[in-house]
Amino acid sequence: MESLIGLLVGAPLLGAAVLLCGGRRLDRTGHWLGTLLAAASFVVGLLLFADMLGKDTEQRAMHQHLFSWIPVADFQADVGFQLDQLSMTFVLLISGVGTLIHVYSIGYMEHDERRRRFFGYLNLFLAAMLLLVLADNYLLLYVGWEGVGLASYLLIGFWQHKPSAATAAKKAFLVNRVGDVGLSIAIMLMFTTFGTFAFEPVLESTGETSEGKLTAIGLMLLLAACGKSAQVPLQSWLGDAMEGPTPVSALIHAATMVTAGVYLITRSGEIFNAAPDAQLVVVTVGAVTLLFGAIVGCAKDDIKKALAGSTMSQIGYMMLAAGLGPIGYAFAIMHLVTHGFFKAGLFLGAGSVMHGMNDEVDMRKYGGLRKHMPVTFVTFGLGYLAIIGFPGLSGFFSKDQIIEAAFAKGGTQGWILGTCALLGAAITAYYMTRVMLLTFFGEKRWDPAETHPHESPRTMTIPMIVLAFGSVFAGGYFKLNENFVHWLEPVTEFEHGHPPMSAATVTAATVVALLIGVTGAWFQYGRRPVPVVAPRGSLLTRAARRDLLQDDLNHVVLVKGGEHLTRGLVYLDHKLVDGVVNGTAASFGGLSGRVRRVQNGFVRSYAVSMFGGAAVLVAATLLMRAV
Amino acid sequence: MSTTLAAASTATSTGEAVQFWVLGTVAVLGALGTVLMRRAVHAALCLAGTMIILAVFYLANGAYFLGMVQVVVYTGAVMMLFLFVLMLVGVSTSDTLEETIKGQRWLAVAAGLGFGVLLVGGLGNASLSTFNGLAEANAEGNVQGLARLVFTKYVFAFEITGALLVTAAVAAMVLTHRERTERRSTQREMAEKRVRENRQVPPLPAPGVYARHNAVDIPGLLPDGSPSELTVNPTLRGRGQVRDVSDEALADLAALEQRTQEYLERGERPAGNAGRDADGSGDRDKEKAK
Amino acid sequence: MNPVNYLYLAALLFTIGAAGVLVRRNAIIVFMCVELMLNASNLALVTFSRLHGNLDGQIMAFFTMVVAAAEVVVGLAIIVTFFRSRHSASVDDASLMKL
Repeated sequence: MESLIGLLVGAPLLGAAVLLCGGRRLDRTGHWLGTLLAAASFVVGLLLFADMLGKDTEQRAMHQHLFSWIPVADFQADVGFQLDQLSMTFVLLISGVGTLIHVYSIGYMEHDERRRRFFGYLNLFLAAMLLLVLADNYLLLYVGWEGVGLASYLLIGFWQHKPSAATAAKKAFLVNRVGDVGLSIAIMLMFTTFGTFAFEPVLESTGETSEGKLTAIGLMLLLAACGKSAQVPLQSWLGDAMEGPTPVSALIHAATMVTAGVYLITRSGEIFNAAPDAQLVVVTVGAVTLLFGAIVGCAKDDIKKALAGSTMSQIGYMMLAAGLGPIGYAFAIMHLVTHGFFKAGLFLGAGSVMHGMNDEVDMRKYGGLRKHMPVTFVTFGLGYLAIIGFPGLSGFFSKDQIIEAAFAKGGTQGWILGTCALLGAAITAYYMTRVMLLTFFGEKRWDPAETHPHESPRTMTIPMIVLAFGSVFAGGYFKLNENFVHWLEPVTEFEHGHPPMSAATVTAATVVALLIGVTGAWFQYGRRPVPVVAPRGSLLTRAARRDLLQDDLNHVVLVKGGEHLTRGLVYLDHKLVDGVVNGTAASFGGLSGRVRRVQNGFVRSYAVSMFGGAAVLVAATLLMRAV
Repeated sequence: MSTTLAAASTATSTGEAVQFWVLGTVAVLGALGTVLMRRAVHAALCLAGTMIILAVFYLANGAYFLGMVQVVVYTGAVMMLFLFVLMLVGVSTSDTLEETIKGQRWLAVAAGLGFGVLLVGGLGNASLSTFNGLAEANAEGNVQGLARLVFTKYVFAFEITGALLVTAAVAAMVLTHRERTERRSTQREMAEKRVRENRQVPPLPAPGVYARHNAVDIPGLLPDGSPSELTVNPTLRGRGQVRDVSDEALADLAALEQRTQEYLERGERPAGNAGRDADGSGDRDKEKAK
Repeated sequence: MNPVNYLYLAALLFTIGAAGVLVRRNAIIVFMCVELMLNASNLALVTFSRLHGNLDGQIMAFFTMVVAAAEVVVGLAIIVTFFRSRHSASVDDASLMKL
């Protein structure tokens, strides 16, 4: 079965190669080919999953060594796959949700003349992401990591004729680079510390290494995770990434890309377990991001950007959980999977709404769409209930576990984190209810003469329905008998957290927070008509509309600071470096100017030197004779 | 060495001494002339004189063959070659003796004096009071003696100098040979080119050739009386052989006009014919004297 | 008179020739001065021959003449070529490595 692992990556990669190199003759069939290969990857994943379930818990991890990439003395870079329960989870999520998004894209991109290329990029995205989660060493993971960055760049900027899309792609790429630098430094540190990049030897020898080094590696890994997963302070690209086609947003936010950071932290759990300081930074980043994203999500009128804020917030939950150590890893991944379902469903629903509304994205111009788009309404509504954590649906189980684990951190930290998570849950309920109300309820705020809302074609609705099923049942299934925790336990370890209060109290608090959020939104948006033009709003609202001033902060700190630094360096370069260099050159020039006069080119001058030399020789000869 | 020591003597004949002092002085003067003469032709003649004197000294020193070769090869061939090239290059471009390189002359004089003083001092130090003479070496004849050495001891050097000469001959041909890369333009083409460039379309103006001179080296005069260099053949111009007509010829012309005026004044008188003849012949005589 | 005087004369002529090479600009005159130097050395060789009483010095002078002849041929050819391209026979005009 091991030999099948390569197919997981190989199928979409082949698809990307064929679609991108194949040229126009594939324009008609290309999207089917891309979808087929993504589905093939999913089927292989299922086969491997079935095989894995048939084995004992301890025997489930599979390894496949393909070849030695760079064998130089002590430096051994291998290309090999590792398929354990953690990878398996990701493989199924990525290829499954990815395939659904492929199917959806067939309908969504129907009228785009560059659809073949789009599917090629999608396949490349899947291949890179699968490589990332299947790699058995950090270097190969880095290859997939960069591949994901490249594919996201290509997809976000897919409508490159729009300057905003091109800029957004560039921004995503650049911000990701910051994280990538962190990952590469982490890999270098690993090599100097452990002498290898492979997961097993690195993670097994964390006990023998000093905590300082592990903290450094952990922080660098966190920087990388922040870049890919859009965590504070590298979150600014995520909102702009909405410039890409909606399926891309769904893919980035649900199945790939942003989950990479959580995967990296979870995979490197041993390092973080041994470096509590790094762990503390991780939970801080997670808590800050979950509030940050939630607040941003409350203020956005653009449906996709509101969902993007929500993604940031949910990934913040996962980071928070991953930072809690063995009590949180499994819940982080569990929330990741359930989030993959409902967030993909929500994005596809948003795309469906936009599809029916002439690509309008301003929610203030929607309203009352539930009658026009029943399937979208139902699937989107189920996703909504899941994300706010409505009891019984997926999000409830996963989020509740995270909040519980946050309290279980213990001490003041536990209380602070738990409160943040609870507050986040309330805000989540608020902004998601807002999205729901603005879009599907209330009176029409669109012009019936120009806009004819209609249900999307089957290729789009079927994936939404499938994802809605996932949104509803996945969490419950995972929770049942602690299925998911036991499944992941061999990889991530697990210990039960002991919150300072009973689990029921936490659940009750979560439900109360949820109700507060929903009611707040209902009072603001459900009870009275919604203005089509956004009111000026409070200071916080205005700041949140500007993504809580993150771009301004980046501008002031990085751009302006960089400019000043550059100016200073240029000044130094001109005065000091150029001064020294030019001074040296000038002094040599002056000296050679003097010396050059001897070399005037006149034969007679040279003849004088010769003759003088001859005279000196004669004198020397005579002197020697005399002596 | 014992045999040669036996033949050693300390002084030459008085005749040779007289010849040395007289001709040596001339040779030094010739050498100085070579260096100092302004015109290359004069320098070449001075050098030829010095070489002939050196030939005489060779003869006096018992190098009969070399003396003859010196006259034939050096004075005859090499110096003629020099003169030939001088003609090619412009025989009378006289060289200004002003020094253009700063300090060159002083350095040259200093180096020359130093070198000369050192050489002379070195010779003076060397104890060369006796000499062997060539009577014995030249016993079977100078040419035979040289030939014996050339074809035995120095045969390789001799052969190599042969090769050198051949190489030199080829080199001279290669250096001076100019490959024509394009067809020589015909007269018509040259005329068309002149018209195209619109520069000096008509023929160049003629020099101021007077019937009495028949000289092409005198520039024609422009309407304002100044000489036009353009009228003189470029070769002559290049050599600087343009005779200045403006002063002397204009003075001549003025004198002629003056005389004409006088003649005309006299012609008003009845007995003018005889005087006119006498004056005319007198003028012509004056011209001839010039 | 001792034949050493010929050597003094040769030294004098050689020095005059050398000074001429340094002072004159006309390539042909420079060349003639070189010839003068060669002749001076020939005189010295011939005199050495007489002083030593063998003909080797004369042979040397003979070879000098041959080499001088070759040198004259090549040198004059160079002067002619030079004159052709620059319309000048001044050695100072050849102060650049290009035309």
